[in-house]
Amino acid sequence: MTTITMDLSNTRSRDLQLPPDAVVPPKIDARGVNFFYGTAHVLHDINLSIPEKQVTALIGPSGCGKSTFLRSLNRMNDIIPGARAEGVIEIDGRNVNDPGVDVVQLRRRVGMVFQKSNPFPKSIYENVAYGLRIGGLHHRASMDEIVEKSLRRAALWEEVKDRLGASASALSGGQQQRLCIARALAVNPEILLMDEPASALDPIATQKIEELIYELKDNYTIVIVTHNMQQAARVSDRTAFFMLGRLVEYSETKTIFMNPREQMTEDYVTGRFG
Amino acid sequence: MQRHFDRDIEEIKDLLLRMGAMVEDTISQSIRALMERDTDLAEEVIARDDEIDRMEVEIDQKTIELIAKMQPAATDLRFVATIMKITPELERIADLAQDVCERVTELNREPQLKPMVDIPRLAHDAQRMVRQSLDAFVRGDANLARQVIAQDDNVDHLTEQSFRELLTYMLEDPRNISRAIRLTFIGKYFERMADGATNICEMVVYLVEGKVIKHGASLHGAE
Repeated sequence: MTTITMDLSNTRSRDLQLPPDAVVPPKIDARGVNFFYGTAHVLHDINLSIPEKQVTALIGPSGCGKSTFLRSLNRMNDIIPGARAEGVIEIDGRNVNDPGVDVVQLRRRVGMVFQKSNPFPKSIYENVAYGLRIGGLHHRASMDEIVEKSLRRAALWEEVKDRLGASASALSGGQQQRLCIARALAVNPEILLMDEPASALDPIATQKIEELIYELKDNYTIVIVTHNMQQAARVSDRTAFFMLGRLVEYSETKTIFMNPREQMTEDYVTGRFG
Repeated sequence: MQRHFDRDIEEIKDLLLRMGAMVEDTISQSIRALMERDTDLAEEVIARDDEIDRMEVEIDQKTIELIAKMQPAATDLRFVATIMKITPELERIADLAQDVCERVTELNREPQLKPMVDIPRLAHDAQRMVRQSLDAFVRGDANLARQVIAQDDNVDHLTEQSFRELLTYMLEDPRNISRAIRLTFIGKYFERMADGATNICEMVVYLVEGKVIKHGASLHGAE
C-alpha cells in the first residue's frame, strides 16, 4: 500500500480563495470550515469561494472530505448523529449554520442530486410535483407548467411527455437521474449540488448528464463531486482538490489539469496515487 | 508508483532520442560533406531521409494513441504536447541538413569560391544548439534550454556576417553569383536549424515549468 505523506506547510489558506481574476461574485463563501464526525476531524480549515453560475468540481481520493464538504453546503450532514460543523459557510452573505436559518428553506435554495438516483415510488409527474405540493402549490395548471419546464430543463421532457403517469421506476438509470435533477429544479433552487451524479451510469447516459450540467450553469450555480477526473476536466470551470480533509489546491480547471501548483495535485491528476 | 503510462512515455522518449541522434548525425555529415567537398557523402545523406521521416510518423502515432488511451493531465499532458512539437522540429532540421547536402553537390561541380570561415562556425554553433536542446529535453533542464535560446542571437549575427561577405563576392564578379547564393542558402539552412533548436528549448521550458516563453517577452509567464 502506498503511504502518502503530506506537507501542507506551503498551502496558505488565503491562496485558496477565489483567484483574483474571477469577475463573477462568489455565491458561496466558506471560511475556516472544520467538520467532525464524533471525534474524527474530517475537514480541516477549508476556505473556498464558489462563484455564481459556474460549475465547481470537488475532486480527491475516497475519504478526502469532498462529499462531506458538499453536504455541509445545504446542511445535509445535520441528520448524521454526532456530526458537528465549525466555521462559516455564507450563501449570498448569509451563514447557513446560523441558528435562525430554516433548513427546509435552505434546501429549497440548494438542491441536491445523489450518486444513486432515488425517484419516489410514484409517477414521473408526481416525482417532479412532489416538492411543489409540500411547498403548498396545488393549482393544477401552474403545477403542469412547472413540471414541464423542469423536465425540459433536465433534458427529459421529450422522452417522457407521453407517459407522465407511468411509474418512475420504469425509467432507465440515466432517465431516473435526470428525473431527480428535474425534481430538484422544480422548486427553483439557485444552487445545485451533485454528488457523483453519473458514477452509476453508462457512457451515453453520462454524456447526457454532462451536457445537461453544461446547459444548467447558465441559470444555476453547480457544485459537483466526482471521482472521474476527466469528467471534472470536461464539465467544470473551477476545480478544488481535497486530500485527507484539507483543500490542497483550488484553481481554474485548466490550471489544475495542465499546470497544477502543488506536487500533490500533480500526483493525483496524473494517477500517481489515488 | 510506476504506471503503465510511464512505460509508454519511456518508449516514446527513447524513440525521440533515437531520432534525435540520427538528426545530429545527419547534421555532422552535412557539415563534413560541405567542408571536405564530398559529393558521395552528400548524396548518401540525401538518400537517408526516409528513415527519419518514418520515425516521425511512428512517434506521432504512438503519441496520439497515448492521448486516446490515457487522457494525460498536468506534466504528462505537457510531455505529450512537447513531443508533438519537438518531433516535427527534428524532422525539419534533418530536412535542412539534406538541403545543405543538395547545395553541396551543386557547389562541387564548380571550383571553390573562397575559403570558408563564417559558415563552419555557424554550422558548428547550430549543431551544438541542436545537441544541447536534446540534452535539455532529456534532463528536463530549463536552465540549459534558456542558455541554448540565448545562443540564437549569435547564430543570427554570424549568418548576417556571412551574407554580407558573400555579397561582396557577388558584386565583385557576376560569375560568383550562383556559388555565393548557394553558400548564402547554406548559411540560412544552419541558421534555421538553430531556430529549430530554439523552438525545442522553448518547449522544454514549457514542459518543465508550464510557462510559454515563445514569441518574445510579451507572453512571458502566460500559461
